[in-house]
Amino acid sequence: MTGIIGWGAYIPHYRIKAEEIAKAQGQDADTIKSGLRIEEKSVPGIDEDSATIAVEAAKNALKRANILPTEIGAIYLGSESHPYAVKPTGTIVAQAIGMSNNYTTADLEFACKAGTAALQIIYAMVKSDMIRYGLAGGIDTAQAAPGDPLEYTAAAGGAVFILGRENIVAEIKDTVSFTSDTPDFWRRAYQKYPSHGGAFTGEPAYFKHIINATELLLKKVNKKPTDYTYAIFHQPNGKFPVRVAKKLGFNNEQILPGLLVPKIGNTYSGSSILGLAAVLDIAKPGDTILVTSYGSGAGSDSFDIEVTDQILRIRNKSQSVQDYIDNIKYIDYATYLKYTKK
Amino acid sequence: MTVSKFWRNIPQYYNLIGKKCPECNSYYFPPRDVCSQCGNHKLEEHKFDGRGEIVTFTIIRTPLMDPEGEVIDIHAQTIPYILAIVKLEEGPKLTAEIVDCEIDEVKIGKEVGAVFRKIVEKGPHGVIQYGYKFKLVR
Ligand SMILES: [Zn+2]
Repeated sequence: MTGIIGWGAYIPHYRIKAEEIAKAQGQDADTIKSGLRIEEKSVPGIDEDSATIAVEAAKNALKRANILPTEIGAIYLGSESHPYAVKPTGTIVAQAIGMSNNYTTADLEFACKAGTAALQIIYAMVKSDMIRYGLAGGIDTAQAAPGDPLEYTAAAGGAVFILGRENIVAEIKDTVSFTSDTPDFWRRAYQKYPSHGGAFTGEPAYFKHIINATELLLKKVNKKPTDYTYAIFHQPNGKFPVRVAKKLGFNNEQILPGLLVPKIGNTYSGSSILGLAAVLDIAKPGDTILVTSYGSGAGSDSFDIEVTDQILRIRNKSQSVQDYIDNIKYIDYATYLKYTKK
Repeated sequence: MTVSKFWRNIPQYYNLIGKKCPECNSYYFPPRDVCSQCGNHKLEEHKFDGRGEIVTFTIIRTPLMDPEGEVIDIHAQTIPYILAIVKLEEGPKLTAEIVDCEIDEVKIGKEVGAVFRKIVEKGPHGVIQYGYKFKLVR
């Protein structure tokens, strides 16, 4: 059996309301809020980046996993906002959480699905017995150009998972991917902000990849949507995941506990896996979870996960996702510009 | 701080590694070689867990500049900010910034915990220096 032995989340303290951004962009807040189904988004402090967010999430994961950091043999972190273009975030995080030097790392990037790509790599390494324990995470401090519709959603946060073969709290039973060359969203080298194909980001991109990956997984594990207690789909806004769930045959009860975007925004590489962390915070032994990420460019990773009775032992050893959603401070647009260095 | 000096001090800045005297139970941060209480030369490494309390604090309203006139502390771009002397549970005191906190929330005696943040960013080309800051325990 291979699976999660500890999970940890981190979302920065600051929030900006959609109204505040609409005011600066000269748009109607109610139209935006109902269109994107978003109320507010998280904003990193000026001294926070993907490395500091990953460190806090990894420390929370370690509080739950009953192992020493020196026992972790690999760390893979996915982000589209690694602090350095050249120098791995994994090295900074490994040092800060007290890992030994006997580990392998490389940074991953695949728009919003780099976190689940990390999870797949660590899963394979642990399952094949190449390493005993591994750490996978997805974190971002997403940037959008002032005036871009993405400014309402581009947020900061992340989740980290420690995988092993014993004392598993959530078994990863299977995973599949669906990937193609689709230019729906990109950022060229040396550019500060991404570019995107507008309406093109919907049907041929988000919906096509999530639906195909999820259907491939359901077929492979021989399950149907109603077999799952929870389902989490990538959350670029509050509308897409609800619509894709409905198309696939999942109901609101299954997706709402993991749907965080209305309150925190789209945390890119952290998005679907923060949803998974929020579900693990409340899941019961025997619950089944389906997670499908989406990364522009484009691809989806889908996971079949089953919660074990070990979860009750470690759940309360760290702050929950809800704790980070509750303890916040609202800032105005001028402060937001300063914090995000626009 | 030069890159090499920063690199040598990473265990201190990232992990709060100091020293402990096994003879008289004195703790030191930053680390030192000889115990100032009993003169013992064989001090052990000690990792502080970062819990402590605010001994005193001040509000910085003028950013710290280096001789070339560049702002040194990145958080200084958001003045005012809170600089405190924190007494760790094991005893040593250190100077650090208090983050994610309003000025009127910070009080002498309040409990704090260490967090990992960016301390200095040497322009768009330089190395990013990370380290400890503190946050109120809520
Ligand atoms: Zn001594």
